[in-house]
Amino acid sequence: MLGRPLLRFVRKDTHINFMRGRYMGLLVSAVLSLASLILFIHPGLTLGLDFKGGIVVEAKTPTPADFSALRAALAARGLPHASIQSFGAPDDVLIRLDAGNSKETQAVVDTVRHTVADALPGTTILRADAVGASVSAELFRNGMLALGISLAMILVYIWVRFEWEFALSAVVTLILDLTKTVGFLVLTGFEFDLVMVAAILTILGYSTNDKVVVYDRVRENLRKYRTMPLIELINLSINETLNRTLGTSSTVFLAALPLALWGGTTLSGFAWTMLFGIVVGTSSSIFIAAPLLLFMGEGRLKRGAKTGTATAS
Amino acid sequence: MYYSRLKLASVLGVCLLGLLLCLPNGIRKPSSLSIPWRQIHLGLDLRGGSYLLMQVDLPSLTHDRLQTLSENMRDILLQNHLGYQDFRIDADNATVSFLPRSAEETQAGLKALETLPRLSAAEFTVVRQDNGRIALTLSPESIATHAREAVTQSIEIVRRRIDGTGAIDPEITRQGDDRIVVELPGISDPERIKALLGTTAKMSFRLIDANPLHTTYPPTGVQLLSMANPADGPALPVYDHVDVDGADLTNAAATLDPKNNEWAVSFAFNSVGARAFASVTQANVGQRFAIVLDNKIIEAPVIRTPITGGDGQITGGFTAQKATDLALMLRAGALPAPLSVVEQRSIGPSLGADSIRAGMISLGVGFALVVAFMVLFYGRFGWYADIALLANLVLMAAILSLFEATLTLPGMAGMLLTLGMAVDANILINERIREEVARGRTPLAAMQAGFERATSTIVDSNATALLAHVMLFVFGTGPVRGFALTITIGIVTTLFTTLLLSRILMARWYALTRPTSLPV
Repeated sequence: MLGRPLLRFVRKDTHINFMRGRYMGLLVSAVLSLASLILFIHPGLTLGLDFKGGIVVEAKTPTPADFSALRAALAARGLPHASIQSFGAPDDVLIRLDAGNSKETQAVVDTVRHTVADALPGTTILRADAVGASVSAELFRNGMLALGISLAMILVYIWVRFEWEFALSAVVTLILDLTKTVGFLVLTGFEFDLVMVAAILTILGYSTNDKVVVYDRVRENLRKYRTMPLIELINLSINETLNRTLGTSSTVFLAALPLALWGGTTLSGFAWTMLFGIVVGTSSSIFIAAPLLLFMGEGRLKRGAKTGTATAS
Repeated sequence: MYYSRLKLASVLGVCLLGLLLCLPNGIRKPSSLSIPWRQIHLGLDLRGGSYLLMQVDLPSLTHDRLQTLSENMRDILLQNHLGYQDFRIDADNATVSFLPRSAEETQAGLKALETLPRLSAAEFTVVRQDNGRIALTLSPESIATHAREAVTQSIEIVRRRIDGTGAIDPEITRQGDDRIVVELPGISDPERIKALLGTTAKMSFRLIDANPLHTTYPPTGVQLLSMANPADGPALPVYDHVDVDGADLTNAAATLDPKNNEWAVSFAFNSVGARAFASVTQANVGQRFAIVLDNKIIEAPVIRTPITGGDGQITGGFTAQKATDLALMLRAGALPAPLSVVEQRSIGPSLGADSIRAGMISLGVGFALVVAFMVLFYGRFGWYADIALLANLVLMAAILSLFEATLTLPGMAGMLLTLGMAVDANILINERIREEVARGRTPLAAMQAGFERATSTIVDSNATALLAHVMLFVFGTGPVRGFALTITIGIVTTLFTTLLLSRILMARWYALTRPTSLPV
């Protein structure tokens, strides 16, 4: 059954002139990244509990929640600033409070718990988190450190495996990808927390992987076609790897899709961000990383066989 | 292209072993078997429970130590008939200093303080400061050693206290220099544990200064301490000198006093404590002494007769729970420094069950979508990739079981993404074979070239992914680590299943059928 493939993305003799759109691609990318930077400055990212500190209590009430009763009860216990909202179903309540000093934060979470239990009998507490301000600052630092170190490691790795033109154009593209993801987070209002950092790092890893495959082909073709102009050579390499690029993007996209649809509150934001990142990462391999390589590598990239390696026929 | 039977057998053997290692997760351990039964642990986010990050208050530890040293210094100065004034403790600079009565006594003071008992030569230095004060400063090494020991000791005491509550499978681990992580599966309301760990439980028996004037202006060596229960009366002047320490208790239990039906904590001293308590009570009949817990007076009875039996009882208007917890803390011992909760996360059991369901549905649907994609786009070789994908999933679960790793919700997301990325290697190989066929190569040559050329690309792309996720694991905390762990394991199993298993399947198919054209 189904011994032969039924579908494929592009025919094997496809020759799309991607490089013709190189200025357009870079321009669109620059505009989007700039817009993202502006969004990042204002209104800025919604920081999640991990990075902002404070309290989040999630509760399920037996009947649709009576918000005003809850608000009054919390105010009576000295917590008038608590934000109360429903999420998902009308019987799901989310209570948030900003971080005070560490000791208070930890005591207040118990107060909130008791208040909810007293005000709305029969309520189940689904989750109660409290993160002190010192810890959240530390978590933020660690998250940024992980991001920075990953980028640096990717730069060094591609540099070692390829030439510096490849490494630099890959990392510049990754930074452009990253800024657009930040813009996406601002627009959707998804909370930026540790799980999001994991999503961004996965996107970076996936996007790098995608670029490495295209670059790998460019390098191979550089040895094979010694006289072909670089612009044509890069175009050829993109076309040759197009089926693979689209294929892998699709499988990763399909794997992450159910998570976005059914992953629940914790993971759906993560998964939507992943999906966005897959689309951005795939298109940037073609429209950003390749033109950048062309600009940086024109007349510089080594041609012909590497010493000691057999030439591909 | 040729794979020996041995290689084939060993690859299949690894897959079967993987399947075997997964079994303990699905079935109960037969009681007759004595083989190890390793399972994947469910993280707190999936089974419900609490995570507490506690911080050891190291500055207060240094302060306590300086306090003890300042008492020793005062004793030595008094013995040598040297005057002093204005003893000051500066915990930030790890210094305790005083002003000698006169400049002439400075040298004598420094000489006398050379006799201070010390743990090691480098523990502290005593010097004359420019402003005429004599200052003792703890060395940074000694502070660090002391801090390390205090955290280790705190972990031990935290474990004893939590074990005393009957919590199931608690995990207590050190994090960084001054943090302790406490994980409590199944406890979604950690309020009692928080109270239990938030109490230092330093108990001491000290005499009360009977001079009525001292209730407002306590002299040096006396401190005003308030009552634990404010209704018991105003603060009382208590001597700093500790006659008997809580560390000298051998046992403590909550008891119901039959006379007045009140909860009390009865305790017994070891021989050192018993002797000290006997001599103090003998010398001070008619005086009041204070039972002090964490700088609050629980009880301040009058000594009517010398207490020589080595045991006693504390009554302080306790509830049953309070008495039980106090007895537990006294048995477990005092924490060397106060602990405070800096991060708390608790998840109720129903949310955990929802998360497992969401994760399983996503995993199932995601797997099915990827399997269908591979078959539609790559036909027969797609089926082989799917077999390898199934083996990949089994091997990931096997490795997680083998290391008894903890599976979290982000960990499940990591598994899912691994599935999506894993077929990348197959796609690379298949696309390469297609290209070679298009160039007019024979099936055998095309497959060979496809495998060879794709391998370096596969290794390159997986190496970058591995780098990124090892970074995540090293620098990440909590949910991120679980995610990075499964992806890292996934990359390793992916390399095995794609570079060996699916390739062997394809090679075997070729060897058995010798096709004239490839299904690509």
